[in-house]
Formats: sequence, C-alpha cells, structure tokens
Amino acid sequence: MEFAFTDEQGMIADTVRAFFVENATSERTRAAMAADGIDRDLWTAFATELGLAGIALPEEHGGAGLGMVELALTAEAAGAQVAALPLLGHAMMGQAIARGGSAEQHAQWLPRLAAGELISTVARASSITARDGALSGALPYLPHGAAADLLLVHTDDRAWIVDLKAGGVAVTPHVTMDQTRPLATVTLDNAPAEALANGAEAVAGALAAGWIVLAAEALGGAQAALDRTVDYSKERVQFGRPIGSFQAYKHRLADMLVDIEQARSAVYWAACTVDEGSDEAKLALHAAKSFCADTYHMCAGNMIQLHGGIGFTWEHDAHLFFKRARSILTLLGDSQWHREQIATLIMGEAA
Amino acid sequence: MKLGFSLEDEAFRAECASWLQEQMSGPFADIKGIPNLCDAIPRRKEWEQQLAAHRWSCIGWPGEWGGRDATINQQVIFAEEYARAGAPNRINHIGVELAGPTILAFGTEEQKARYLPGIAGGTSIWCQGYSEPNAGSDLGNVKTRARIEDGEWVVNGQKVWTSLAHYSDMIFVVARSEEGSKGPKGLSFLLMDMDQPGIEVRPIEQINGEAEFNETFLTDARCPADSMLGKPGEGWKVAMALLGFERGVSTLGQQMQFRNELDGVIDAARANGKASDPVIRQRIAQAEIGLRLMRYGALRMLSNVAAAGIDGAALTYKIQWATWRRDLGELAMDVLGQAGEVAQGDEYRWSMLPNMYLFSRSDTIYGGTNQIQRNLIAERGLGLPREPRGDL
Repeated sequence: MEFAFTDEQGMIADTVRAFFVENATSERTRAAMAADGIDRDLWTAFATELGLAGIALPEEHGGAGLGMVELALTAEAAGAQVAALPLLGHAMMGQAIARGGSAEQHAQWLPRLAAGELISTVARASSITARDGALSGALPYLPHGAAADLLLVHTDDRAWIVDLKAGGVAVTPHVTMDQTRPLATVTLDNAPAEALANGAEAVAGALAAGWIVLAAEALGGAQAALDRTVDYSKERVQFGRPIGSFQAYKHRLADMLVDIEQARSAVYWAACTVDEGSDEAKLALHAAKSFCADTYHMCAGNMIQLHGGIGFTWEHDAHLFFKRARSILTLLGDSQWHREQIATLIMGEAA
Repeated sequence: MKLGFSLEDEAFRAECASWLQEQMSGPFADIKGIPNLCDAIPRRKEWEQQLAAHRWSCIGWPGEWGGRDATINQQVIFAEEYARAGAPNRINHIGVELAGPTILAFGTEEQKARYLPGIAGGTSIWCQGYSEPNAGSDLGNVKTRARIEDGEWVVNGQKVWTSLAHYSDMIFVVARSEEGSKGPKGLSFLLMDMDQPGIEVRPIEQINGEAEFNETFLTDARCPADSMLGKPGEGWKVAMALLGFERGVSTLGQQMQFRNELDGVIDAARANGKASDPVIRQRIAQAEIGLRLMRYGALRMLSNVAAAGIDGAALTYKIQWATWRRDLGELAMDVLGQAGEVAQGDEYRWSMLPNMYLFSRSDTIYGGTNQIQRNLIAERGLGLPREPRGDL
C-alpha cells in the first residue's frame, strides 16, 4: 500500500497541469465554445506533442500502456482549466475497445484513437433495434455528438461501434448550457454497426473510464474554483480589509477544501480499484462519480457567490466552471442514481 | 500509487490476525467488542498488559522501547486486524498514541527510560491536561500556573474535559511557567503523577448521563524539576506537535468503531423496514461513501507523512469525521424512530446508536470545534488572513 503518486505519476501530473494552464486559456476555450466545443489545436497538441490521447491504451497499439490513475491525472488537469476537449467519449471508446474488442478490432481502432485521429461520443441505448449488423433509433444528448466521428452505443452487456460519417446517420446539434461539451441528438436509421467481441467487458471498461474521467474533471474543477476564489478573496478589499479575512467567507472556503480533499481520495481510490482489479471497484466508482460531481457543483456555486456581482457576469470564468459542474452532475447517472447503486450493493434491492 | 499490500505485509497480517483472534475467542472473550470506554476497566488494563507481553502494545515505536519498528503499512494492517478481531478500544490510547510519541520526540534519554516502559508495558495509563474553563478553543489562554519550589514544579489551576482521568496514572499538563506571559508564550509541558494529594478528579455528568470526562483540580500539585518535556516556555511547541500525532494510524482504529456504528444503523433499517425507504437508502449510501473516503483520506495522510508542507487531507480530517458521525447519529435516530428515544431499562442509559447520537454532539466540539477547524483550514491551509485578536 502506497496511496501517493509515484515519481513518474508526479511528473505526468506536473506536465499536464502546465500544459493545460498554458494552452487551455479562457480565450481559447471561449473560441471553442462559440464553435463546436472542441479546441482542435489543443486536441492535436494533447494527442501528438504530449502523446496523452493513448495514455491508458496498450503500448502495442500506440498507447502509453498506463492505467486509470494516469487517465485521472490528465482529466483532473483538463478539468481544472475547463478545457474544451472530447476526453469523455474518447476515454470510454478507448477502454471499451481495449477491454472488449477482438484482436482485429484492437488493431483497427486503437492506433487511430491513440493518435487522436478520431473524435468519439457515447450513447446508452434505451430504445434501439439491432438487426443484421445495423442499428436504428434515436439517441438523445450525446456529448460532443455533433463533432464526433465515432459513436459507441451500449446496453448493459452489449456494445457497438458506429461510424458517424457513414450512411444512416442524422445529427441534430443542441444549443447546450455547457458550451465546452455541447450535446447533440443522433438518429440512426439502419446505420452499419460493428459489435464489440466481448460486450460485457466493453461496457464495464467504458463506464469505469467515463466515471473516472468525470470524477477527475470535477475534482480539478472544484480545486480550481477554490484556488481562484482564494486568490480573489486576498485581493478584494471591503470594509477596510480583504474579504478573505471575514469568518463567514473563510468558513465557506474551508468547507470547500474539506469536500475537495475527500473528492481527491475518491478519484484515486476508484482509479486504483480498477487498475488493481479490486472487488471494491463498483462501490468506489459510484462513490467517486456522485461525491465528486456534488462537490464540484457546490464549489462552483460558491465561486459565483463569493465573487459577488463579477462572478455573475459572462466575462468572468466562474460560469464556465458552474456549467461544467452541472453537466457532470447529469452525465452517466446522477448522484441519486449512483447512491442507490451503493445502497443496493450494501443492503440489496429495496423491498 | 497502489492500494494492495505486499506478500510480506500479508504474512504480517496473518501473524497478528491469528494472535488477536486467539485472544478474543479465548482469554479475553469477555471484553470482545465492548463499546463503552468506561466499562470493564480492570480487565482492559490486563488486556493492555497482555498486548505488551507479546510486543503488540506499541508496534510503531522503536524496538528498544518495546515496539517493533513497524512500517506504516504494518501499522495499518494491525489497526485493521485489531478491529476485525473485535478487540476493545485501547484504554491507554492517550499514552500509546499521544504521550509516547511526544516523549520519543522531545524527551531526554533519562525521561524516555522513566516513562516509556510503563506505557509500553500497559502499567501506566495516561490522560491529557490541556483544556481549562477559559481555555477551550483558545488554548493559548491557559491560566494554570507552574513555579519552581524546593527543586520541584508546583502546579495550581484547573483542567477540564480530561477524559479517563479517574482511571489514569499520569497526566500531561500545559501550564504557564512564566509569570505575566500571555498567549502561547511562557507555557510549559509537564508530566505529572496523578496519585498525589494535590490532584483531585471530579467526573462531569454529560448529556448522555455518563461521565467519561472530568474536571481535574491541581492544588499545589507537584512533580520533579526534570519532568518537563522541552525547555520552560516551549510548552506550546510540544503541545502542538502532540496534536499532530493524533492524526496518525490511530484514526484507522477509530474508523473501525464508526464501521460498527454504521453497520448498526444498516441492521436497524433492515429490521424495521426503513431499508426500503428511498430517502433513508440515499442517506445510508452517503454515510457509506463518507466512511470509505475517511479511510482513503487516512491512507493518503499516512502515505504522505514523508512529504513536506501542509497536507490538506490531514488538515481537514477532524471536521470531516466529526461531522460524519454527527450526521450518522441523526440518521440513526431517524431510522430507529421512537424506539430509539426510550431506554431499555429503568436507568437513563443508552444502547449504542442513541448513545452515539448524543455523544456525537461532543465530537464537533472537543479537540477544536468545527468552527475553529474551519479557521485553521482557512488560515493554515488556504493562507487567508488571520482573524484579528481581541484584547478582552
């Protein structure tokens, strides 16, 4: 047991943090928000210069061969800058194929994913029909759905890859509250779909990666919301003193740190359980997703409140954090759903 | 980053687990799992001595003082197996976890030889003399005085909230040794024998009807001149270092008690059907999450002990567990309903969950209230300006 970063993990963390602080600036993120929610230059640099698109993909297919802990480190750093990147769909697609794909599917898709050549999105199929290698049905609210090249469709134990640039696909983009991860509705009409060899493994891999990415993004965002508010509270003077010297203000910041520290434990606990194949993994993933999403939303809300009027303006970045926090709350199961999963794990189904 | 333990550590686990289980199913079966800190005191003193006889009383200490030089991982494993075996709360927790490490850090060789064998051997039970009627959260306001007279320290004042003082052999006392000094300056840290005419202990009856805590009156109480840790005036430094030890491996043992309490809530909910109430299910799940995160926060603290700087997980730990347990108490009562509001017998005595509900109201006060914790987190952890000090 060594629940601290290794030297290598510490170096990765420093590198990605510096990369996102330097490149994922407010100006560039806002430019992406006005377009399709992806900073293409940032994505290219992330994938090719840093080689991070394949961080958790196998080395023989062009990845770095690392695990969920390192994936979480990158998502945390991206989340801290509210970077406009398609990390969620990308990580889920990559792990679905890596864990549930055949050797041919590995060879076909993983090198291209590791190189960042493809943008991916994901849908959980609630009403879809699969016939003769083709899927039909409407899939609402897919993250970065309008920008995506590739779609992972899954049920509880089956998963397919759909080429969104091929026939039988109609995409309707939505004006979305969080413009760094805009949603789109994809309608499939006999769209060719390739089933992944081991559906149950693919789904487990995709969901684990998705929950970890969201929890880690939330952790990074929550910490950044705290850090930026602390900085502001030391500069802003009212009643002849920095507002950060008032207890009513301090105590709210302290409460943010209390939950952020727990969120940090949650993210890396969950990542370790997946990497180590622990039987606590399910519990840890549900705990991490719900706790971190709740923490982020609380911190981002406090960020607006504690900045006062300036925090409510479009010009200030507080709303980027707040809206990202809102989208994380909803994506891949809300907090009530995750807690009910935990209740079922420890007490069984409700009678 | 790794959660699993090595084969060597697992072998250590097997060794301590088998010894602990043997004890708790054999010679000490009568005190297995007793929840209340004040019950079966003589048997629990014997248990301390049994631990010592097999070198399990203070495994993290150096071998020359009765420990095993155990690694952090071994200490984590021992804490887990100790609780799994149902071994009782350590009556000498304050000696083993607080006084001992502080003496190891600040004591002279002569002081180590005088005090450590009694702690390691389970023959000397310790209590803590910090708080006073006017120095609770504001510990720097200590008024108890110490002066040298005929080659001895003579101490006068009143301590309060000294838990287990009525069963203790020794007390460490923070006292003002410089006449006219104020705040953290001029304080000293003294190690005193409880068995003397100058020390009187009066139990404080608490809201749960029990009396773990006491008032301790020092009236010309005495100790030898060389029973001070550190130099005169260094008491604050020593006292603060001691509080740091409170966040060590002992937190994992405390979490095992929390585990039992949460399991008690879950069992009660199953028994009376509340386990199907969706709101109760949400709250139980949230409690489960909180308890797990306490464990992994503690493991982060322990893995980071070598790291420099302020560790956020350590700084936030107290308010985290205190608030968690207060919330669990409220959940327990909501699950139990009115059955939780009536005692089992004719006396004002409470079973585990209602007692925890009442007792947890002290968790958010002692050892620094939640409000003081937030000040510490904000000022030390986040670097916010200090609260201006009044001059009343």
